[in-house]
Amino acid sequence: MSLRQEGRRQAIPRQRGRRQGGTARKWAGAQNRTLWFWIFVGPFLLGLGVFTYIPLGWSVYLSFFDAHNTVTPSDFVGLGNYTAMLKNEAFTESLWTFLVFSLFIVPATYALSLALALMVNRQRRAQAFFRSVFFLPAACSYVVAALIWKMSLFNGVRFGLANTVLGWFGGDQIAWLSTTDPPWYWAVIVTVRLWLQAGFYMVLFLAGLQRISPTLYEAAAVDGARPGWQVFRHITFPQLRATSVAVVLLLVINAFQAFDEFYNLLSDARGYPPYARPPLVYLYYTALGQGQNLGLGSAGAVLLALIIAVVTVGQAKWFGLGRKEAQ
Amino acid sequence: MTISRRGLLGTGAALGLLTACGSHTGRDDGGSGGGPELSQWYHQYGEQGTEQAVKKYAAAYDKAHVTVQWRPGNYDEQTAAALLTDSGPDVFEVNGPTLDQIQGKQIADLTGLFEGVKDDFNPAVLAPKTYDGRIWAIPQVIDMQMLYYRKSLLADAGVEPPKTLDELVDVAKKLTSKKTKGLFLGNDGGAGVLGGTPLYAAGLELVTEDGKVGFDDPAAARALGKIHQLYADKSLLLGAPSDWSDPSAFVQGLTAMQWSGLWALPTVQKELGDDFGVLPFPKDGAGEPSVPVGAYGAAVSTRGKHQQAAKDYLKWLWIDRTDHQEDFALSYGFHIPARISLAKKAGKLRKGAAADAVRFTTDHGCAQPLRWTPASQTAYQDALSRIIKDGASPDSELRKVVRKVSAELDRVKKK
Repeated sequence: MSLRQEGRRQAIPRQRGRRQGGTARKWAGAQNRTLWFWIFVGPFLLGLGVFTYIPLGWSVYLSFFDAHNTVTPSDFVGLGNYTAMLKNEAFTESLWTFLVFSLFIVPATYALSLALALMVNRQRRAQAFFRSVFFLPAACSYVVAALIWKMSLFNGVRFGLANTVLGWFGGDQIAWLSTTDPPWYWAVIVTVRLWLQAGFYMVLFLAGLQRISPTLYEAAAVDGARPGWQVFRHITFPQLRATSVAVVLLLVINAFQAFDEFYNLLSDARGYPPYARPPLVYLYYTALGQGQNLGLGSAGAVLLALIIAVVTVGQAKWFGLGRKEAQ
Repeated sequence: MTISRRGLLGTGAALGLLTACGSHTGRDDGGSGGGPELSQWYHQYGEQGTEQAVKKYAAAYDKAHVTVQWRPGNYDEQTAAALLTDSGPDVFEVNGPTLDQIQGKQIADLTGLFEGVKDDFNPAVLAPKTYDGRIWAIPQVIDMQMLYYRKSLLADAGVEPPKTLDELVDVAKKLTSKKTKGLFLGNDGGAGVLGGTPLYAAGLELVTEDGKVGFDDPAAARALGKIHQLYADKSLLLGAPSDWSDPSAFVQGLTAMQWSGLWALPTVQKELGDDFGVLPFPKDGAGEPSVPVGAYGAAVSTRGKHQQAAKDYLKWLWIDRTDHQEDFALSYGFHIPARISLAKKAGKLRKGAAADAVRFTTDHGCAQPLRWTPASQTAYQDALSRIIKDGASPDSELRKVVRKVSAELDRVKKK
């Protein structure tokens, strides 16, 4: 850090000494570096400001007002929206829904993609083929996949794929997305996400696996470790630590952002059922649907952001992220 | 001339910025005529020819240059967002309006346009557009929903068309077989589409005349409990490829009865000929049969630059030009004109199931009241879903809804 700063400090006077050609030159920097910096970074910075930070700040502002159908409210309500949101059963329920969903989907995707990676990695022939086949779903859009799951694989009538298979074994047809007892809809939501995501994380694990030095396995073999579970438990898994941390972080963030498949699987023209409703879907209906209660919706969004921040910081502490840099 | 890599990338970035600034304003289609520029929005109608028709009407107006935008997708969300800015429409179709749109002064008072013709509009659909004695939107056409049943399947099962809610539960159970379900109320089991209809059929209402909760009554829990019975009996079709608004499930024989809209009538008629009949939602206890009616309204945005011109245009289109209104209601989809005089003239609406539908609308039509806000709607719909699917106690669920709706009614009253 300090070395780089010194380098820069030295560089600047040198330029000034050489170039006496007016303010435009000075403004542009050495080899027009400053100019090019702004040409390349400027548009993105502008976009980030206009489309991310201003709306973010505005949303916090709105959360303190009674803002029905307006973004320039005048009716200040203090923390009223926040208390209303925290007392709102639908919102707290959506937080629980989301918690249950991530407690399930994060370990499930982790285990499945690790298993896929281990299998593909052992494959001597056609490894590239299997790698591509498993990765391919990652290129599919959530919306498209959700619609296929909803309308052809898991529709509730006798000619849906899942019900056809059930029919072979003499089972009754099941309305997958409409049945709440038992909650079959989770089967649909979880499988679509697993199908979409597992391949992507498999590739991350594969990269991790290929970085493990073969000498470790040779040493283990010499020490008499049995191939299979023992080697996996003591060599492969610990060596994948860095990859695992990255994968879990990405999975949790993805779970937080869950919206697309939920919305496309379960919403209809009249709204959204009260089950399997993650916070983002609930807030969408409160603030942006016909509800147009932008103040209450913003308060919910701020609460959600705070929860995400706390969880992320906790997770980083738990995994010891950034500890190395501090030492 | 040589081009450096940086130069090329830089030019590309600059060009990208420039093209991002351009925008498609949609002002190249539709109308002609002199005078101010007005933009008009419609939601996307499914029926062939409707878009061409509304553009033709707009083109025929000569006191302003009207451009029509035909907007597919989530129309309510689009208009809600557009009304927050200055770039929204001058005149637009609204699925409402909502009370918050009126109280937030987002739409203009149109009472003046109704002089001398107010009594010609169907009162059931004019009432939800009226607040504080002022009218805020012009009803365009009436849409209604009803119960379609397959005569042959009912005859096979030896049952009569149901006249009470208890009979409906009974008939639906008898009609259910391995291949065919008895009744289709939508893939969510009816929570979305039924709304307040079972309450009206039980002799109650969503909001009373004086702005109180209209279903704080044991009869409400009884009626909703019977809808759960339909679900518990496994008589309901669930998870069909198309939802209640589309008659596919009914004409394909997946269900013997289906709740759907008047708009489905031409398709059903074409596919099934005479083998079907229509019914209102059957009464329960001391109530009366009921059918939900509603109307898209034409409204003027208060953000528009030419409010007076916009009002003049709407008066011309939806009040003076009865020929256009008749064409719009009857030539493309299947709707009932909002004007009583036009509905009486329409030959298409005088026979068969269409005549029944018109009769249901007049005798049993119930429109969602203006004070029934989206927040109340969500609370009620969530509770209804829990009652139907989870078998939650209707009493305790409704108690929670009553609390929430009372709070909402207080909120809108204060303003």
